[in-house]
Amino acid sequence: MLRYSIRRLLTMIPTLIAISVIVFVIIQLPPGDYLESHIATMQAQGESIDQKKIAFLREQYGLDQPMWKQYLDWAFGFMQGDLGYSFEYDMPVNDVIGDRMFLTILISIVTIVFTWLIAFPIGIYSATHQYSWGDYGLTFIGFIGLATPNFLLALVMLYFANVYFGTSIGGLMDPRFIDEPMSSEKLLSILEHLWIPVIVIGTSGTAAMIRRLRANLLDELGKQYVTTGKAKGLPPGKLLRKYPLRMALNFFVADIGNLLPSIISGAEVTAVVLSLPTTGPLLIASLQSQDMYLAGSFLMFLAILTVLGMLVSDLLLAVLDPRIRLQGSISK
Amino acid sequence: MSQSTPRHFVSEEPFDPYSVEKLSKNQESLYLASQWRLMWWKLKKHRLALISGFILLLFYLVAALAEWFAPYDLHTRTRFIHAPPQAIHLFHEGKFIGPFVYGYNFKLDMNTLKREFSPDENKIQPIRFFCSGDSYRFWGLLESRFHFVCPSAETLKYDPGIDSLNPTPTYSFISKSQAGELFLLGTDRLGRDLLSRIIYGSRISLTIGLVGIAVSFFLGMVIGGLAGYFGGWVDALVQRLIEVLRSFPEIPLWMALSAVLPVTWSPLLIFLGITIILALLDWTGLARAVRSKLMALREEDYCTAAQLMGAKPGRIIGRHLLPGFMSHLIASASLSIPGMILGETALSFLGLGLRPPITSWGVLLNEAQNINVVALYPWLMLPVVPVIVIILAFNFFGDGLRDAADPYKN
Repeated sequence: MLRYSIRRLLTMIPTLIAISVIVFVIIQLPPGDYLESHIATMQAQGESIDQKKIAFLREQYGLDQPMWKQYLDWAFGFMQGDLGYSFEYDMPVNDVIGDRMFLTILISIVTIVFTWLIAFPIGIYSATHQYSWGDYGLTFIGFIGLATPNFLLALVMLYFANVYFGTSIGGLMDPRFIDEPMSSEKLLSILEHLWIPVIVIGTSGTAAMIRRLRANLLDELGKQYVTTGKAKGLPPGKLLRKYPLRMALNFFVADIGNLLPSIISGAEVTAVVLSLPTTGPLLIASLQSQDMYLAGSFLMFLAILTVLGMLVSDLLLAVLDPRIRLQGSISK
Repeated sequence: MSQSTPRHFVSEEPFDPYSVEKLSKNQESLYLASQWRLMWWKLKKHRLALISGFILLLFYLVAALAEWFAPYDLHTRTRFIHAPPQAIHLFHEGKFIGPFVYGYNFKLDMNTLKREFSPDENKIQPIRFFCSGDSYRFWGLLESRFHFVCPSAETLKYDPGIDSLNPTPTYSFISKSQAGELFLLGTDRLGRDLLSRIIYGSRISLTIGLVGIAVSFFLGMVIGGLAGYFGGWVDALVQRLIEVLRSFPEIPLWMALSAVLPVTWSPLLIFLGITIILALLDWTGLARAVRSKLMALREEDYCTAAQLMGAKPGRIIGRHLLPGFMSHLIASASLSIPGMILGETALSFLGLGLRPPITSWGVLLNEAQNINVVALYPWLMLPVVPVIVIILAFNFFGDGLRDAADPYKN
């Protein structure tokens, strides 16, 4: 197990390096840099620019360096926790990102838990009652959930939450709690606002998971050990709990790897609509204004988050399924 | 009967090899059927997939003939701003008139400054079919005014002047010049007909999925084919690349890439750029499928035979290996079209994808971005209906197609 974990950790390194290169290339792709577009706006407004100041800034941020050097500076800074400087906000990226990253992670985790809680019982019901009305109904709802763009769902939910529950529109808490120390009331307000993004982000993931769980469990239910169990007179509930369900559970854990990227994607779009104080709105703004270090840090963090999620799912899977860790050591 | 009979019976009749196991007409056609024909037979049994396929055809037909189906032009502005959808009626006070709509009563609420439209039961506007309306250039080439439906050219006025001799109410034309309007799905903030815009938008939204899938199909086959056929370090490299691409959350990466597209580009270039961006992340699944299939197939005898005869790798992959599972590939590719359509919709909704004047469903939804729309003009969210329908249809159709393409599944 230990050997497997170490091996798995080591394979993460080249992946992360490759990701960082891609991210850096992407944020460098737009023609020009932030200073150039900044100068253009200033000139358009009829303000004069001090060429000396521009040159100073350019040197300060290393914008005059060759590309590979800029990348190395950025990558090494990143590892030491220095994320660079946000031009737009005029402060270090670390200060801009802070809470937002935390809230993104919080929402993602709550959403995953929500997805599991909903998908698990429904998936089991659908598989054990295949072709029943309940199965058809749930499958249909699942498909609708899969097909509805979640940003629109967010808008509608926001409206109804406001009309029927009086929840304030947008944000993660009532406006009066912003900048206040954490209190039980504030926590309550956050919980009150949290369920909307969680449902909105979770819907498509839940629908996909129900379908996959159903398919997997159906495969297991058709196998001979289930027939054997039935033949020797195991009660259906116990039979289900003891054998096929455990097999299907493996896949459930393995699926975090698939789930996490889609949840984070969904969270970004939803956050824009709901104006959540997460990474979504800022990411878009920074991409549009070529605030490269801010955008790069966001992209990098989101990618790291998914890579970590996959790591967790692989390790959990290795704990659950001895075949995987044995395979790992044999091939070595 | 004194003639000697032969010791052994010899039948004079010609030998028929199928005399014992007679092939029925059905069996014969089954054995002789081509792979595609078999697929079609299986698909026909899949009711839901068939219906979905029909719906898809219908949508693409409408998209192809958008100018003809749309009652108005894409950019026609009217003075009806944020007008709600009109309902189609057949009867007016018990009298059959044929399909018609009631005209609007317009009132500006001076307190809220909200434009309020209500149906005016006195204005009866029969809908015209196969008629002449806004002029357009069909596919930018053919100038025409011929439409499938148009707003009525005149408003009928209902005149309740009932005299004792003639108990049926009468209708009279108000005037020829007062043409009616036809906003079955309402209008937007510039008074443009939403239905027409949705119909025009389908052209972009529906093709973006197809073009994107074509690009990603090509990428997946070439890259997956190379990895599977050559194995070794090529394979290892491709595998790592796929892993890296898969660990990116899709939408943030799409956002980043589409932010790269310069604002100065023409709408067409932006459209192509967005499609390629969508395809850039999508080919990984296909490449994996191609790779694993090729790994198995390249060990087959017929592949060795081709190699011995001196065929080049490109020919072996393209001519001998790929056709073997092409049907399956196409089926699984069709399942990733909905993801692309949703991706475009999300990007355009955020203002990072296509931009007006190019109109796609995502661009239309961009107008429904704030909460006021839900509260005041909910019909602006209607472009989501075709999005949902088309995605469901592609999903069901793709599922059916995949089952039909699988020779081991009955």
